[in-house]
Amino acid sequence: MPTPVQTDLTVPSELGEVRRIQGEIKEALQSNQFGDRDLFHIELALEEALVNAIKHGNQLDPDKKVFVRYSVIPDRFDIRIEDQGDGFCPEDVPDPTAIENLERPCGRGLLMIRSFMSDVTYHGKGNVVTMTKHRSNDDE
Amino acid sequence: MAYQPCVRGINMSSQARRQRLVVEDIGDVTVVNFVDKKILDEQNIQMIGDDLFRLVDELGRRKLLLNFSNVEFMSSAALGKLIRLHQRLAQVGGKLVLCEISKTILEIFTLTKLDKMLKIVKDEQTGLSSF
Repeated sequence: MPTPVQTDLTVPSELGEVRRIQGEIKEALQSNQFGDRDLFHIELALEEALVNAIKHGNQLDPDKKVFVRYSVIPDRFDIRIEDQGDGFCPEDVPDPTAIENLERPCGRGLLMIRSFMSDVTYHGKGNVVTMTKHRSNDDE
Repeated sequence: MAYQPCVRGINMSSQARRQRLVVEDIGDVTVVNFVDKKILDEQNIQMIGDDLFRLVDELGRRKLLLNFSNVEFMSSAALGKLIRLHQRLAQVGGKLVLCEISKTILEIFTLTKLDKMLKIVKDEQTGLSSF
């Protein structure tokens, strides 16, 4: 039976927290009958967004936190991730699929987030991101 | 062409580190399998990358075939490592080939257009023949 979930988390800037949060969210998604493909896409987007917050936003600073709020209802997943860093401008990130950028080893995280989530918005100075995933009709 | 599997496997970890790769030489091709299903995330990729580069820089391997049959998750950090590995092997006259990539993981390569840059084949036998 679907169980709507809403949770607030304050996590330290440690990469190990990513898996923990992914696991928690995955359970909530499964209890709301999200399919494997949606789970895969959300897990990927979470990996990229949380690593961005912890590693790039907070610079792995143990004195800085990441604030996460997420909600799951039967047909929708929403999450807000805020770091305590200086922010960034998403438009400044070069297109990693451009030929001149293909050999660059970094810069694909935002592309993956935008590709796998239904909606992605950066707020303020860029240290806050909100993401939404509408549950797919078919489990592929 | 039939290949004789090598009887010698190489454990890529010291006693103090958890094994993340299983490495086997088949002829002059080094075949690498990943141990865990979700090893290609940010937390693990640095150590895995170190092991892969060690194959090239310290052990002198030049033909690397990465078997992704056990991989269910991959981050952009893992893509970055693969690109660097591809570049390193090209620098030393070697070659990197990827095989047994699932449909879901392949989506990541096509999305990022890295399927145009990296050599990806269907299965290990095809991979062994592609060097």
